[in-house]
Amino acid sequence: MKKLLTAAVLSAALATPVLADTTKVGFIYIGPVGDFGWTAGHDRARREMVEHFGDAVETTIVENVDYGADAERVMTQMAISGMDMIFAASFGYGPDVNAVAGRFPNVAFQHATGYIQDHPNISLYDARFYEGRAVLGHIAGKMTETNTIGYIASYPIPAVVSGINSAYLHAKAVNPDVSFRIIWTYSWFDPALEADAAETLIEQGADVIMQHTDSTAAIRVAEDAGVMAFGQASDMVEFGPNAHLTAIVDRWAPYYISRVQAVMDGTWEAQNSWLGFADGIIEMAPWNDRMPAELQAEADALVAAIAAGEYHPFTGPINKQDGTPWLADGEVAPDVDLATMNFYVEGITAELPN
Amino acid sequence: MILGSINPAVLLAALMVAATPILLAAIGELVVEKAGVLNLGVEGMMIMGACIGFIVAVNTGSPFIGFIGAALGGMALALLFALLTQALMTNQVASGLALTLFGLGLTALLGQRYVGITPPRTPKLDLGPLSDIPFLGRALFTHDIVVYLSIVLVAAVWWFLKYSRAGMILRAVGENHDAAHALGYHVKRVRVLAIMFGGACAGLGGAYLSLIRVPQWTEGMTVGAGWIALALVVFASWRPWRALAGAYLFGGVVVLQLNLQAAGVRIPVEYLSMSPYLITILVLVIISSGKGRSLDAPGSLNRPFHASS
Repeated sequence: MKKLLTAAVLSAALATPVLADTTKVGFIYIGPVGDFGWTAGHDRARREMVEHFGDAVETTIVENVDYGADAERVMTQMAISGMDMIFAASFGYGPDVNAVAGRFPNVAFQHATGYIQDHPNISLYDARFYEGRAVLGHIAGKMTETNTIGYIASYPIPAVVSGINSAYLHAKAVNPDVSFRIIWTYSWFDPALEADAAETLIEQGADVIMQHTDSTAAIRVAEDAGVMAFGQASDMVEFGPNAHLTAIVDRWAPYYISRVQAVMDGTWEAQNSWLGFADGIIEMAPWNDRMPAELQAEADALVAAIAAGEYHPFTGPINKQDGTPWLADGEVAPDVDLATMNFYVEGITAELPN
Repeated sequence: MILGSINPAVLLAALMVAATPILLAAIGELVVEKAGVLNLGVEGMMIMGACIGFIVAVNTGSPFIGFIGAALGGMALALLFALLTQALMTNQVASGLALTLFGLGLTALLGQRYVGITPPRTPKLDLGPLSDIPFLGRALFTHDIVVYLSIVLVAAVWWFLKYSRAGMILRAVGENHDAAHALGYHVKRVRVLAIMFGGACAGLGGAYLSLIRVPQWTEGMTVGAGWIALALVVFASWRPWRALAGAYLFGGVVVLQLNLQAAGVRIPVEYLSMSPYLITILVLVIISSGKGRSLDAPGSLNRPFHASS
């Protein structure tokens, strides 16, 4: 309900008269820009993009747009009102983007973390979050004293599942006794529920909390309980100066700038981009001082190795949860396996919901 | 299965905390609906309370004053609703929805500078030896004052509606406003007061989220709690103690499913987390199937009143 209500539209170029050659770009977000997480990351990139182009670009944002009819309505409205380009910044917009893109072949659609590409005017883009999760897993495995890591997950989609697997493998590699406790919230943003989930995990013995949900509530709870946590999508250190070890920070700006530039130049083409540390699309927030210098150096080295392409977080031998082999010794996971991942790796005891 | 890691006393304690925001909002809305007014703006009034309560608590350093501010904030928004529906005779459903819209937008603006700030801590009530009782001590006697206040409020509303003269007038207004008017009662005055009470309660519920349960200010942080509170009133068939039971049932299901998941119990959690909503839908279906009378929906609910009619 709130989604249709809070549709706050703001225009970046209010003061200047709209020129004929202004590129109009629309953004739809699943959460509020003030979530300090996922949506904040996209809006940060949008602002950097506007700063880069100045008056040559005019942006419109709509926050809190639900998947389905709402998203379709908002994007249709944007297309009708003359947008040249629309960024749909959440996984679940897939069917809606494809429905609208079919009706407006002259509008360039950019869908974040999606996988459906039925029309030539849809580009998909995603970040290799599992690269960052590998670093988090390594740190968590080293820092935990109870050998229990709590994980607050949103929806069982490939990006989240591969994140859990990556974190688990790298925690296990440095700490064979480590175990993961996982809670699915079935929501991207619900501060009260995420706080409750964090409390539950801590109560059940977790002393490091990881989250793949967008609010800062879990960091706050971890800070109060005196345990450790990682931020999500943005540097969340201000919410828990002691608890916050680091965060995977999304930096979409370089990509947004290059794609808007392509529309301006008339060279825009549908792509499927999956970018990671190497492209500067994700980076780690500054390490917390409570991490030993040695561990900080290890984490730095891990980031560098992944960025340089020397190390892939999913390098065999890796078995699936049921013991069947997935990757042979030395084999690197193909992208298609990661993009469709729907299984846990061996060692995780929880059951993956459908 | 590792059920051993779930501590029932902690579960019970967490349940009460999870239930308190919706209980506060629901008990307020219950009084409003008993007076014959349907205010769908609970979500808006809650977020208003969450925001104003947070701002006041941060600036004064006192969570207690913060809660008062939250109640006043919720009440201010409720007064707007009262002005629209009671004085200007607008449609209650539309006005309520607009109130939610307005509240979410306004608080996003007001709270901008307060993101990332830690509010002053609300102390747990020191109940001395009571909290040392095994099991019950941890479950029931380790809470902050607002949890107990919410239960006292339920008792007070129950007594007020059932035994006090003012409560009977309020119910008369809600059951049949024409008859109440004919008897000389001030229908609108009663309703405006009820709406203000509802706003104050919703504001307290919102502040409980931003000052105690989360505790921080984030835009849109109520995420539907107001709608759950609304459903709870129907679920409780407008009876205060049933609202308490319903809120604890809802809180219990939420907390239980989190614990079961963390313990690695292999049950389909998506169904469990859906269950409170399913029950609500079921109740709504029963009501709309013509048996609403037996569920005690106030007779004049959502009907506008004008003295000339």
